[in-house]
Amino acid sequence: MTSGGISALSDHKRRRIDELISRTSETGGVSLLRDAGRRLVRNPTAVVGAVIILLFLVIAIFAPLVAPHDPVQRFPELTQNLTVDSIPGATAGHPLGSDPLGRDFASRMIFGARQTLFVGVLATLIGLLIGVLLGAIAGAVGGWLDVLIMRLTDVMLALPSLLLAITLVALASRSTQWTVIIAVAVVNVPIFARLLRGSMLAQRESDHVLAARALGVKRHTIVLRHMLPNSLTAVIVQATLTFAVAILDAAALSFLGLGDPDINRAEWGLMLGVDGVRYFEVRPELAYFPALAIILVALGFTLLGESIREALDPKNRR
Amino acid sequence: MTDTLVSLDNLKVHFPIKSGLLFDRTVGHVYAVDGVSLSIARGQTYGLVGESGCGKSTLGRGLLRLVEPTAGGITFDGTDVRALSGERLRQFRRRMQMVFQDPMSSLDPRQSVESLLVEGLKAHGLQADASARLRSTLDSVGLPVSALNKYPHEFSGGQRQRIGIARALVLGPELIVADEPVSALDVSIQAQVVNLLDDLQESLGLTYLVIAHDLAVIRHISDTIGVMYLGALVEEAGADQLYDRPLHPYTRALLSAVPIPDPQVEDQRERMLLAGDLPSPANPPSGCRFRTRCPWSQERCASSRPELRVFDASGQRVACHYAEQILSGELRPHEVHAELVRPDSDSDVAGELIPTQPDLPTP
Amino acid sequence: MPLLDVRDLSVVFNRRGTKPVTAVDGVSFTVEPGQTVGLVGESGCGKSVTSLAIMGLLPRRGNKVTGEVRFDDTDLLKLRPQDLRDWRGRDIGMIFQDPLSSLNPVLPLGIQVAEVLERHQGRTRQAALREARGLLDAVGIPDPQRRLKDYPHQLSGGMRQRALIAIALACKPRLLIADEPTTALDVTIQAQILTLLKELVDDSGTALVMITHDLGVVAGLCDTVNVLYAGKVVERAYRHHLFAEPRHPYTDGLLQSVPRLDVDRGRRLHQIRGSVSDNIPWPEGCAFAPRCDRVIDDCIGSVVPLEPTFRGGALRCANPVPLEVPA
Repeated sequence: MTSGGISALSDHKRRRIDELISRTSETGGVSLLRDAGRRLVRNPTAVVGAVIILLFLVIAIFAPLVAPHDPVQRFPELTQNLTVDSIPGATAGHPLGSDPLGRDFASRMIFGARQTLFVGVLATLIGLLIGVLLGAIAGAVGGWLDVLIMRLTDVMLALPSLLLAITLVALASRSTQWTVIIAVAVVNVPIFARLLRGSMLAQRESDHVLAARALGVKRHTIVLRHMLPNSLTAVIVQATLTFAVAILDAAALSFLGLGDPDINRAEWGLMLGVDGVRYFEVRPELAYFPALAIILVALGFTLLGESIREALDPKNRR
Repeated sequence: MTDTLVSLDNLKVHFPIKSGLLFDRTVGHVYAVDGVSLSIARGQTYGLVGESGCGKSTLGRGLLRLVEPTAGGITFDGTDVRALSGERLRQFRRRMQMVFQDPMSSLDPRQSVESLLVEGLKAHGLQADASARLRSTLDSVGLPVSALNKYPHEFSGGQRQRIGIARALVLGPELIVADEPVSALDVSIQAQVVNLLDDLQESLGLTYLVIAHDLAVIRHISDTIGVMYLGALVEEAGADQLYDRPLHPYTRALLSAVPIPDPQVEDQRERMLLAGDLPSPANPPSGCRFRTRCPWSQERCASSRPELRVFDASGQRVACHYAEQILSGELRPHEVHAELVRPDSDSDVAGELIPTQPDLPTP
Repeated sequence: MPLLDVRDLSVVFNRRGTKPVTAVDGVSFTVEPGQTVGLVGESGCGKSVTSLAIMGLLPRRGNKVTGEVRFDDTDLLKLRPQDLRDWRGRDIGMIFQDPLSSLNPVLPLGIQVAEVLERHQGRTRQAALREARGLLDAVGIPDPQRRLKDYPHQLSGGMRQRALIAIALACKPRLLIADEPTTALDVTIQAQILTLLKELVDDSGTALVMITHDLGVVAGLCDTVNVLYAGKVVERAYRHHLFAEPRHPYTDGLLQSVPRLDVDRGRRLHQIRGSVSDNIPWPEGCAFAPRCDRVIDDCIGSVVPLEPTFRGGALRCANPVPLEVPA
């Protein structure tokens, strides 16, 4: 480097340059994930989605504290007014009135959040776990195992998801909430497996994996440190979006009468499908509220999922 | 020649073109590298120049066994590299490292600089004095120690390339294959990286194989230059010799096509414009591969493929039947009609993609 | 009167959740009829944004474009989008870096060339196709009659760029804007395309704005060269002056930092320190000051103006490289 340059400057001008440059450059040590997190917090869509989900989660977790009554208890003051063509609306102590069996509808809605989220989240997580496992094996090992797993998922994907779920539930001798969870989980397995395998393969061809190979890094380290973490983002986004679908699928199964036959269990899909439909003429609120709740939760997960996708997209950085 | 570190003997890398839905059938081959012999002297820089699709990147990766050569020999300091496999190959990688074109895509975005650099050390059980090694390596590529806990996206292009170089250096290799090390960088940054490579060679006694499409850059940093066309070397000479006396018609065309940032030179230059495009490496022309675009081509060029031969005492090598006649002016150039070249997926494969890599997780 | 007169053009990106970024900062230059003008600079200097702003191709949302772009005394920035479309393609042609993404992948080449003629010159499909054949021939595409039915993916990169040039020149525009037209191509193909561009421009009298990062490309082609740094013109000169005696330390440094094929090897390359992002905001002084070897106190603290030089160019520097005085 030539003489002169910065050293030729007077001290205060030199300091001014440093000051101006440091103003433009960011502080260091921020990983991609944290960077994405920052953008997520600043995105109003994400915040709205997160608030909706959080709200329902709080309600679900603290249902016994939030709900005014026991959801399975039948109240005499409600049952006495029950007839085939009249179901009592809001009365003192029962803000949403009664359900067709004289139980407190508001409490059932609140406990329904618990049941519905439980089914949706668990179904997604199980589907995610199995799907990631299969996808990772297919993507990392390759060969005939890859072909086998992929053909299997092809077959599953060829069937319409609801039909597949219905078949699975029908196969079970006695329907419980677990059959619903398993059925919805299985439907999601091929989606996660394919997604992960696809991005694992893309990672396998990427320059940084090639670089790791050139360094002489061991195979399993390459898979676990480079290929898998970089492939997971797509799956995580998909999982958030799947929560919404899983809740809808579970509700649909209940709606079709393939869910848990226990009439005491409060679940939105069941409430919508059985009471909501049967008494729609009499009291449409019985259908409106569960439907609205399902839509709202699904919307929350979708908003959050889309925002996470946006935040993780490197094109949107800065 | 002096002490040879690496030599390639008729190295070939052919990629099968697969087709079929359930059962892959091989319907042809992309002749990405088709018989290249060269040797690189210890402490020297060998520059490999050629246009996209000529197989220069594949050659570099074939040498490092990052793609599996189809045939031919690789000798590194007396070791037959092609005979190595599994754990022994992995350990051998320490001695030959690679620097990539795109420093962004070749650095795992999720790893901090420290874990990127430590990874190689761990793989070779060298983490004992890791922190001292990291510091001295960072220092030698001109990065501050504070870079260690930052992430690749927080650096500029030039700094990222320094990280890429540091990652290669930290293992103390003897050979570095640099594949287009500056072409993704801004003009004002290219000189920094070129100078850095120069300095490192001087202080560490490194041997380089530099692969690039930019003849001016190659000429600046190389001692010996090999010109590749469609999977084969067409000419090899000392860096000055190649510019002073290009023998192969393709080298001449390449030299005359490189723009020079000087209007006076540009105005007076005579351009030797090539007709048409590079033929597909999946379906190369018979005989001399350059004949479809060569203004000196003769009948013989279509029937027999010229070998790379030593031209004279200078050691310059050329693969042309008529190099002497063209040089003396005995053979006059004629007009060439451009043949239309269909770009097909095959040539793209050779150009950018390196297909399935055999020593990656496949049972 | 100049054909194109860009006055004080500024583009500010306003993206949600980020600070506004001034990509182009008061750029002015003129193009005379038939003249070839170069805009040279590195990534992020604003050269491509300038061309997009001239053509009105920047999305209106999130971008603030100010200043004037006078073409034939009409301010293109004030035109309604539908009126601007009449100018584009007819009076101003444009070629981009990536010929594949600039062509419609599902339409045969002939139709794509013909469409421009139909749109702007009211030709019938038949007449337009006949003319298209001639245009493809003129840009050196072999066997043009058959190529009319080809799709873009069936052509090589060089041929695609030729086709794009044919489309851009179809209506004999008076101005052609070429944004890095050869960057994606190999050197031998680049030489073909540059030679073709030069011939076409010379023959038709079309003015050309050449946008590139490659000083070599500019050296053989442009009459006047504008060097951009961080969104501003830092030096403007006739090409012989610019390359023989660059005055701005940035131009000088760039020229010295590229290895030249025709100069003896062994010389260490001059390097400009730091990176393009190491700059200070223009109102605070010269953006290049932190990287400059000739920086003095005057470079920091006040705006450095672009001042005309006695050679008909312009310079934005407080301490320019001195001219060599003949002994």
